[in-house]
Amino acid sequence: MTKGIVSGVVANMVTLQVDGPVLQGEICYITTGGDRLMAEVIKVVGRDVYVQVFESTRGLKVGAEAEFTGHMLEIQLGPGMLSHNYDGLQNDLDKMEGVFLKRGEYTEALDGERLWDFEPIVKAGDKVQASDWLGKVEENHQPLKIMAPFQMEGTATVKSIAAKGQYKIHDTIAVLTDEKGNDIQVDMVQHWPVKFAMTNYKEKPRPFKLLETGVRTIDTFNPIVEGGTGFIPGPFGTGKTVLQHAISKQAEADIVIIAACGERANEVVEIFTEFPELVDPHTGRKLMERTIIIANTSNMPVAAREASVYTAMTMAEYYRSMGLRVLLMADSTSRWAQALREMSNRMEELPGPDAFPMDLGALISNFYGRAGYVILNNGEVGSVTFLGTVSPAGGNLKEPVTENTKKVARCFYALEQDRADKKRYPAVNPIDSYSKYLEYPEFAEYIKGHINEEWIPKVLDLKTRMQRGKEIAEQINILGDDGVPVDYHIVFWKSEVIDYVILQQDAFDEVDAVTPLERQEEILNLVTAICEKDDYKFDTFLDVIDYFKKLINLCKQMNYSQYKSEQYYDYKKQIDSLIS
Amino acid sequence: MSTAFQKVYTKISQITKATCSLKAKGVGYNELATINGKLAQVVKIMGDDVTLQVFEGTGGIPTNAEVVFLGKSPTLKVSDQLAGRFFNAYGQPIDGGPEVEGKEVEIGGPSVNPVRRKQPSELIATGIAGIDLNNTLVSGQKIPFFADPDQPFNEVMALVAMRAKADKIILGGMGMTNDDYYFFRNTFASAGALDRIISFINTTEDPAVERLLIPDMALAAAEYFAVEKHETVLVLLTDMTSYADSLSIVSNRMDQIPSKDSMPGSLYSDLAKIYEKAVQFPESAGGGSITIIAVTTLSGGDITHAVPDNTGYITEGQLYLRRDSDVGKVIVDPFRSLSRLKQLVAGKKTRKDHSQVMNAAIRLYADAANAKTKLENGFDLTDYDNRCLDFAKDYASKLLAIDVNLNTEEMLDVTWSLFRKYFKLEEVNIKKEFTDIYWKE
Repeated sequence: MTKGIVSGVVANMVTLQVDGPVLQGEICYITTGGDRLMAEVIKVVGRDVYVQVFESTRGLKVGAEAEFTGHMLEIQLGPGMLSHNYDGLQNDLDKMEGVFLKRGEYTEALDGERLWDFEPIVKAGDKVQASDWLGKVEENHQPLKIMAPFQMEGTATVKSIAAKGQYKIHDTIAVLTDEKGNDIQVDMVQHWPVKFAMTNYKEKPRPFKLLETGVRTIDTFNPIVEGGTGFIPGPFGTGKTVLQHAISKQAEADIVIIAACGERANEVVEIFTEFPELVDPHTGRKLMERTIIIANTSNMPVAAREASVYTAMTMAEYYRSMGLRVLLMADSTSRWAQALREMSNRMEELPGPDAFPMDLGALISNFYGRAGYVILNNGEVGSVTFLGTVSPAGGNLKEPVTENTKKVARCFYALEQDRADKKRYPAVNPIDSYSKYLEYPEFAEYIKGHINEEWIPKVLDLKTRMQRGKEIAEQINILGDDGVPVDYHIVFWKSEVIDYVILQQDAFDEVDAVTPLERQEEILNLVTAICEKDDYKFDTFLDVIDYFKKLINLCKQMNYSQYKSEQYYDYKKQIDSLIS
Repeated sequence: MSTAFQKVYTKISQITKATCSLKAKGVGYNELATINGKLAQVVKIMGDDVTLQVFEGTGGIPTNAEVVFLGKSPTLKVSDQLAGRFFNAYGQPIDGGPEVEGKEVEIGGPSVNPVRRKQPSELIATGIAGIDLNNTLVSGQKIPFFADPDQPFNEVMALVAMRAKADKIILGGMGMTNDDYYFFRNTFASAGALDRIISFINTTEDPAVERLLIPDMALAAAEYFAVEKHETVLVLLTDMTSYADSLSIVSNRMDQIPSKDSMPGSLYSDLAKIYEKAVQFPESAGGGSITIIAVTTLSGGDITHAVPDNTGYITEGQLYLRRDSDVGKVIVDPFRSLSRLKQLVAGKKTRKDHSQVMNAAIRLYADAANAKTKLENGFDLTDYDNRCLDFAKDYASKLLAIDVNLNTEEMLDVTWSLFRKYFKLEEVNIKKEFTDIYWKE
């Protein structure tokens, strides 16, 4: 293997003089004072190789030795990852000793000793291609597949396959004979370079299946679909993290991967603390069982922050190849972009807008492009749904990360300072936000079949009413309450009903936090009925306000009540009598 | 490290306002050096060329100055002797007392493994309703005051420090005026609290680049008490904008491409490294905690500037002070202030109605602000508008003003009494289970 000698250090960028060939993106280890520091090649100029070190370089000296590994940054994929907490380089954080993270400590991502109940899917003589399912094991009630090596070329023949029984991840479970007649020993572990997308599927059609999140402003107003992409930009303090946590708790996915990318450690601790206690509303099992957390908090080394989102995406793609529905959340992609900026800056590259690297847009679109709903080679389907948050500098959406993300993400959930200030949570702006999926005929077809035909027209109607309500609010602000006809007040207050009853939701209330689709349908019908009623009779605008405030209060109390409980029907009756 | 045969370099090849460069071998990154006795730190190595950042500035350094590398990065000697003492940015006493003996630790040490943290859950009571009621603080939290330079943030911070039940209070002063330094000294002394206070002070009279050491010094001391002594430690950092200004000076001298507002591209990571030292340790690690209350001064209230903006994304909320002109008192602004961890204690460590009462009061206060705008624009006010305005005045003077000192239960009772005084039941929009108990005629 190629060796190198340190010739320069600036923060976490180190230059090495090498004695042989290196790959762009190759991983090497630099030895200093007994620690081995992992680093990645980011630029080569003649014999000078620039690497970014994933650790603190304190004390590193010119002359220190580096060893190259011959491969790019890759992770291990296999059974045993669920409910684990990894850092951005897939070190198992729970296996690390001591309270503080020790420099140069790397731990195994998978447990090599654990026994798995394996069951074969193929038999000797079957033809298989890369990623085809050879057998299955179960982890936390999830059916996981053991697949033919991802890197395998052409078609291979199954020479032998292990019988049903207990095996460790590194035991050979199959022998495949490739086209050239070479035998390949297959165990349960795959390796994949994180920066490359997995394309081991037959087709990636347009996604169309609603992914239920229990958050009304998403499901009803701007739905996301299995295999879809979305992003949540918002200034600090507008509830990005609360919204993301709510989605990750409630979404109807088989696997949830949360990449805490350069965010607060206490937020990750919140997930560590709550998820093992919380119950998955769809299966009744513990949420943690289906969750993987990639934690690279803001005080952890910056280069590993960049790697963390790729590590998370690679894991998501791995589960998708097994035909599972994966939800990937990254909080926040802006921190990832900043990590890129810091590095680009140290390499003294000519800066693009706001000092970000010129290829930022390309990197973001490639990354979002890895999500999707796929049809696998065997006809099964799987999906990676990706939701990223963006933390725009100064809350200004005209900045490079937001703009570049807007070009590729299909759902846009604009969190707004003004709404947050008024405590209208979730502070998703109902007018600026959108879901492109509402326009997909495939999606309309699906909703027709699974909910009803009127759903989408009703939603679009309410959206128009929100817009109208906003316009009238502006007029009232200019002309005064008395300056506009009473009818205007009615239109405005109808939009307030939509806002208070559908859009606003209390993420910290046990009942209101999650609204199943069936209940959302009922709320939608109720609010539509209130809005469509056009024979309200009021003398003054004060009567309008009184009436609608009463109505909103009742609807809110109903939202707080257990679905279909006595209390629920009681409020419903009161509402019905008020609007009849 | 051997000190007997230290190599002395005497040929400096380049001097800028903040850095010196020379040819040297065997130098470690971030290592300390002295240049004619002045402390400096290695910030760049390229082959034999070593660049040093000189903390007190390079004025007066000759090209033939004696440069000695110390073989270690900046350290602090930690022990119980730190208590009650005042130090400069290098950890040297400035109160005339003796040197501190103790274990020498590198400052700016490693991060806590996130899985070894405990979720913060202990209320830090301050008696200020704008904080305890609306933006409850929790041990292990990090939160700044976003304040204009003319606002009394140091006074409020001192008040919080004196009232909060902490075992140790560590003050990190960066670019502090001499007057403010004495203000803190006198406040601590007159409260008889000196023995639990440790201060690291860089005043405006000291070199700006020295400030870069202050937070790491303060937090190294904090970690000693929280980790080794299992104590509850409160760290006060004022003012972090001065700290960031020093970062930009150094990066500018090193010819780095500036990003937003002339700040270095690494500003987010630089600030996060400091703030993320706030931590609650689990019982298995002694149960100590570090809570950070900082000050970020704004220019003209602009929170889109890179320093407050990046800070806002790192810290768990922010507090704003404002003078309420209707009651003529300084209040903690209920609209823009936010404590992100409040839900960990609100309604759990405090009374169950806490969250709903808080939100309702703020919503009504917002309605009052709207009514005020209407009034200013010359529109007629409704009866509801007028009631909101009256409520707002009472709410500001009886609760939000920083000179009010109540416990949380009293705060909630006062708020309910104001609700009853000015509003109808359906106007407050609170869950029935609470109005049943607390809405008493």
